[in-house]
Amino acid sequence: MSTAHMNTARSTALAASVALTLTLVGTACGPAESTKPNNAPNKPGGAYSVALTEPDHLLPGRTTSSYSLQVLQGLFDPPASLDPKNGTVKPLAALSWLTEDNVVWTITFRSGTTFHNGEKVTAASYADAWNAAAYGPNGWDSNYYFAQIKGYDALNPTEEGAKPTARTLSGLKVVDETTLQVTLKAPFGQFPMLLSFPAFAPLPKAAVAKPDAFDVAPIGNGPYQLDGQWERNQKIKLKKFPGYGGPREAMADRIDFKIYTSRETAFTELQAGNVDVLTTVPAANSMQAKRLFGDRFSIRPSGTMDYLGLPVKDPRFADPRIRKAISMAIDRQGITQAIYNGVYKPATSIVGDMIPGHRPEACGKTCAYDPAAAKKLLDEAGGFEGPLELYFSNSDATYEQWMTSVANQLKDNLGIQDVRFRKMAPADLSSLLNEGRNKGPFRQNWVIDYPSIQNYLDGLYYPGNRSGWSNREFDALVAKGNAAKGTEAIAAYQQAEDIALRDLPYIPLWNWQDQSAWSDRIGNVVIDSYAAGLHLDRVTVND
Amino acid sequence: MWRFVARRLLHALPVLLGTTFLIYTLVFVLPGDPIQGLAGDKPVPPAVLAELHARYHLDDPLWMQYTHYLAGLLTGDLGTTFTGREVSDLLADRWAITLQLGLTAWVLELVFGMALGVWAGLRKGKWDDSAVLFGTTLIISVPVFVVGYLAQLVFGVQLGWLPVAGTEGGWPLAFLLPGLVLASFGLAYVARLTRSSLIENLRADYVRTAHAKGLSRRRVVVKHTLRNSLIPVVTFLGLELGGLMAGAIVTEYIFNLPGVGQQLFQSIQLREGPVVVGTTTALVLIFLLANLLVDLLYGLLDPRIRHD
Repeated sequence: MSTAHMNTARSTALAASVALTLTLVGTACGPAESTKPNNAPNKPGGAYSVALTEPDHLLPGRTTSSYSLQVLQGLFDPPASLDPKNGTVKPLAALSWLTEDNVVWTITFRSGTTFHNGEKVTAASYADAWNAAAYGPNGWDSNYYFAQIKGYDALNPTEEGAKPTARTLSGLKVVDETTLQVTLKAPFGQFPMLLSFPAFAPLPKAAVAKPDAFDVAPIGNGPYQLDGQWERNQKIKLKKFPGYGGPREAMADRIDFKIYTSRETAFTELQAGNVDVLTTVPAANSMQAKRLFGDRFSIRPSGTMDYLGLPVKDPRFADPRIRKAISMAIDRQGITQAIYNGVYKPATSIVGDMIPGHRPEACGKTCAYDPAAAKKLLDEAGGFEGPLELYFSNSDATYEQWMTSVANQLKDNLGIQDVRFRKMAPADLSSLLNEGRNKGPFRQNWVIDYPSIQNYLDGLYYPGNRSGWSNREFDALVAKGNAAKGTEAIAAYQQAEDIALRDLPYIPLWNWQDQSAWSDRIGNVVIDSYAAGLHLDRVTVND
Repeated sequence: MWRFVARRLLHALPVLLGTTFLIYTLVFVLPGDPIQGLAGDKPVPPAVLAELHARYHLDDPLWMQYTHYLAGLLTGDLGTTFTGREVSDLLADRWAITLQLGLTAWVLELVFGMALGVWAGLRKGKWDDSAVLFGTTLIISVPVFVVGYLAQLVFGVQLGWLPVAGTEGGWPLAFLLPGLVLASFGLAYVARLTRSSLIENLRADYVRTAHAKGLSRRRVVVKHTLRNSLIPVVTFLGLELGGLMAGAIVTEYIFNLPGVGQQLFQSIQLREGPVVVGTTTALVLIFLLANLLVDLLYGLLDPRIRHD
């Protein structure tokens, strides 16, 4: 559930609302977790291998790449973790987090745990890690996760040429060895969700002092430790950490990450029995994988969504009716069937299927394919003049395929004859959209950081967002949600979502789904749709 | 001859400067911000962006960036990637793999290509000649990645004879399948080139004379015909030495070999200027050296060709 305070009084109400949302979600898409009946006994020991794409960094604060996070899942225990079934936030390295006002949070950590090198994990290990990540000049990738904490702005001046006026976040206070007090800039009930992110994991002294050396031989506090060094582009080997004192006792003794540049090759290797798990089977191989792997193949909803963004400042797109007409002229079902083998799911809301608080009816008629109504709406709004330019990147062949379908549907259903493609490299597209130089609709994608409606609202509709849309009522509702707790917060976020859907600066298109397959050598495979991915500690080896 | 070598090496200098500048310009003029590109749709805080821009000189004009790069080169510094790795480390790790792959492929081309060509040439018009012609046409017309995935499926997954991917089997085991796939096009080409060149020379006057003098067929073919027929083949094989290094991009991708080709592929996608320039420069250097080697070999094959 998107707000998860560990105040016991709240957690019962919370559990109830989780259950409620899950029954709603369950009919639409099944659980976010993919786990299959396990015929092998849950015995510890053995070794297995996981196919991986080369990570960018293995220092938690330096990366937001899912490939890195998959490895860090074994190496580090962040303060919290997300339940693979429903995304509720649970304590991991922390014991509790308490707040009265959603502003000041008191986090208590487990005592007596150590890093893989024997160094003691204390509240300062967390504060040091967070300060380093939040310090702008370090240029660490996870920097913006810390933007909610008081003092962040002093570490990240926005004026050109300005130097930071502080090295540490004023909102962090180490109370004692196991207690950290965090003060946020504004009330933010979703804060515990952030704590599940590896960037919030503790770091030993060596990490901050020598980040480059740490990157290839990270020392964490998780159930697994690195065996040797990261062999670039080849292998990352993990072994069980005997001194682990946390709640995630590891099953297998060893894990080998084998690094592949091509997912097709990784899939071939899985078939040949040279690797045990592939968490992302290429969409083109889904039928084959289903046939070959049977119940060792699973599809799970991902929080990732595709949208068509619209430049609302352009007078031609200023009328919400025009934007709705475009949305209703798009046949989502047809496109996901033809291009994504029916694996991706047509969107019915701004947020992904497996997000607590997701409402399948949120978008309603606006996201339903209705060419006649679309044309009528467009005519009412005065029609569309001039060329319609569609912006997207060339990083995946399917982008052009679905854009072509969208273009054809806009031609056929709305009578917009002059549709043009603006296809470009991702770096180019990002800069162009961020500067608002686009003259037409664009492909927008959102990968969740944590499963909360707030993450979508904040990620897409932030002030100065790519569509140029802003709405005071929306901002107020998001702020209200941030300050509220439990179901109250969700209700406020849902109201904000309704405003975003009414105005429709972003047209929701579809929800990604991830496909995984694994060998018969292993059991108890739990893969979630959040940052954790494959739960490394739970996998058992059969032989 | 040494003067010839020295002159050719001197020529290489402006060529190298020219190519690095050209590639640098090409990478530079690509629109968009590579740092923002790395982050995708996620926002990058201005302070982080500014710091990374300064670190990689991204806000400087082209000539300044290039000067930085050249100055670095003189001190042996090839620059760093956006993830903070030294380009020289990165290439050092990878050259061994690409060299192993390239040389394996090259030897396969040389041995099997020439053998097939000689065999077909000597049996011109017979069924085995036709078989070679048909087979090589087929190989030349099928794209490398199709050959690659097929070879993986047949020899790796179905028959289980050779490793599917990766370098775990070590040399030569892990390099046989990718080497063969990489060599397939060149091998077919060498076979056809040797064949047609041999057939042409077998009709030449001096061969008829040699036969008339009563020399054995073996001596006529090996000493007289083959030696002359090899000039176009050597030219091809020489240039191929460089070509294989560059051609390794697709093969290394399919067979998951962490070589230079794979690196180039990734770096172009990420717009890692220094890596692209460094790698390409090294490739240009190999091309130039291979060219020089070919020219020197000419003299050995045909004494009429002299370098002074």
